[in-house]
Amino acid sequence: MRILAIDTSAGTQVALVVDGVVAARAGTPEGRGHAEHTTPFVHDVLAAGGLEPRDLDLVAVGTGPAPFTGLRVGLVSAQLLGRAAGVAVAGVPSLEAWAQGWFERCADGAAGPSAAGPGEVRVATDARRREVYTARYVAGEHGPVAVDGPRVVRPADLADEVTRERAAGIAVVGPGLYPDVLGDVADVPFDVAHLAAIAWLRTQAGEPVPVEPLYLRRPDVHGVLGDALAVGAPEAAR
Amino acid sequence: MSQPPVQPLVDPSVPPLVLGIESTCDETGVALVRGRELLADVTASSMDEHARYGGIVPEVASRAHLEALLPSLEAALASAEVTLADVDAIAVASGPGLVGSLTVGTAGAKALALGLGVPLYGVNHVVGHAAVDELVHGPFPERFLALVVSGGHSSLLLVRDIATDVVELGQTLDDAAGEAFDKVGRLLGLPYPGGPHVDRLAREGDPTAIPFPRGLSKGRELLRHPYDFSFSGLKTSVARYLEAREASGEPFSRADVAASFSEAVADVLVTKTLRACEEHGADTLVVGGGFSANSRLRELAAERCAQAGVELRIPPIRYCTDNGAMIAALGSAVVRAGLPSSPLDLAVDSQMSLSVPVVLPPAE
Repeated sequence: MRILAIDTSAGTQVALVVDGVVAARAGTPEGRGHAEHTTPFVHDVLAAGGLEPRDLDLVAVGTGPAPFTGLRVGLVSAQLLGRAAGVAVAGVPSLEAWAQGWFERCADGAAGPSAAGPGEVRVATDARRREVYTARYVAGEHGPVAVDGPRVVRPADLADEVTRERAAGIAVVGPGLYPDVLGDVADVPFDVAHLAAIAWLRTQAGEPVPVEPLYLRRPDVHGVLGDALAVGAPEAAR
Repeated sequence: MSQPPVQPLVDPSVPPLVLGIESTCDETGVALVRGRELLADVTASSMDEHARYGGIVPEVASRAHLEALLPSLEAALASAEVTLADVDAIAVASGPGLVGSLTVGTAGAKALALGLGVPLYGVNHVVGHAAVDELVHGPFPERFLALVVSGGHSSLLLVRDIATDVVELGQTLDDAAGEAFDKVGRLLGLPYPGGPHVDRLAREGDPTAIPFPRGLSKGRELLRHPYDFSFSGLKTSVARYLEAREASGEPFSRADVAASFSEAVADVLVTKTLRACEEHGADTLVVGGGFSANSRLRELAAERCAQAGVELRIPPIRYCTDNGAMIAALGSAVVRAGLPSSPLDLAVDSQMSLSVPVVLPPAE
């Protein structure tokens, strides 16, 4: 099968996965410019794989959670590319790519001495505003299964849980934020190709794969246009 | 000297089918235009969600665009009775506007263009407000003035070719006309958005009752800013007037305030625009943007254009507010002009210059 995976939950990452092997990838860790980068990256990986969009079997897209307006770029790009090319689109929470990376590393026996609990892992990523997105996953038949979260939390409010979990051999993966509170993370990189694998398993099994953004926060109402009246005492008019 | 024959991509007797996407503020618009014929125009708005905050919330607008884009596209295709495979080009408003809103439409348009293998054109939202009139009143003359007035823009454009030659003569230096109405609406205790409410109230009042100031209309300010607008001082003047009456307890008419304020805005817009028509030898004026729904602006423009011998073209209100038709119309004009398509790494430009009708690829 030929799967295109897109994730814009942090940087912009795109991969073409053909029969379970990464045929091409393109990406940038830059946390901006998603709208500029995504479609050129898609173009590049398809060209590298010698494929047209209609040759794809599935488009997989990371659904976050993410604090950036960039998250929507991946979702809308996947939706409209899929619609234009007549290809199904499947959403997978981006946090699951981290978890899947850990599970696969453990399966390879390469996870190192701290891997006492390879069947379970905690993910913590940047939610900005001094908070993290977090979830705990167990390995399932069709990719990671969340047993906690995803949710948004202050690092300090997660510290005790992480300490208890570490004692039980559950590692933390992610970009390694707040090491003073959450400790060191296992050395597993984010790989967008994992989203392709998970999306394929789920669509084959008929599991739901909603292409819905995970915001986990209500819209920020700061910056309301026309909110600041440059004149005094508007009540006076009433 | 021989050249290889050039194969036309499409039957030249049938103009290309252009799909337009609008997502610069709170409206998600998708439309289909063939030549100058509008086949479908679908708009979804998130205004109801913003009204309770008393202003556009960028994050709310951006979330709504993501939810509305695909359904709006499906509805437009169904309404035009075409399929995506029939589409020859995609046009998207890549600026000016709110970054988070622009991002959704522009990213979606790129994916659509790549998926269909058709060219993408990033076009100017404000120029689109003028371009849409071609769908209503037919081809433009060789030169005309366009006054684009809305909650976000108040701009005066000299247009010699809607696709290739647009010059911004002036713009607001502070509040847009519609924005000033929203703010005065709030001062008068009217619901948001204030534009239509102030307009309704104004019709009951005396437009000559209060001599509110005309911004940038006299002396050195006029010389320096012949075609620029300023409505912030006017709004402050309304606030001071209301404060003074409130403080003194002196009775006053809210309708007179609304009417006199409306008169000041319409007077400045029309006076400066007609002066520009005269200076640039333009005998046609196109008015677009959501604020062109304002009844006093319409009356005054009609009256003074008739006196000056200027043909006034104002599209119906549903094409004045933000919509996909205006973007598809401009895209269609750009395709007709034979311009190269925008690059796939096209960036959104929240401050896009109004002298750029379409984003061209970088020069070789």
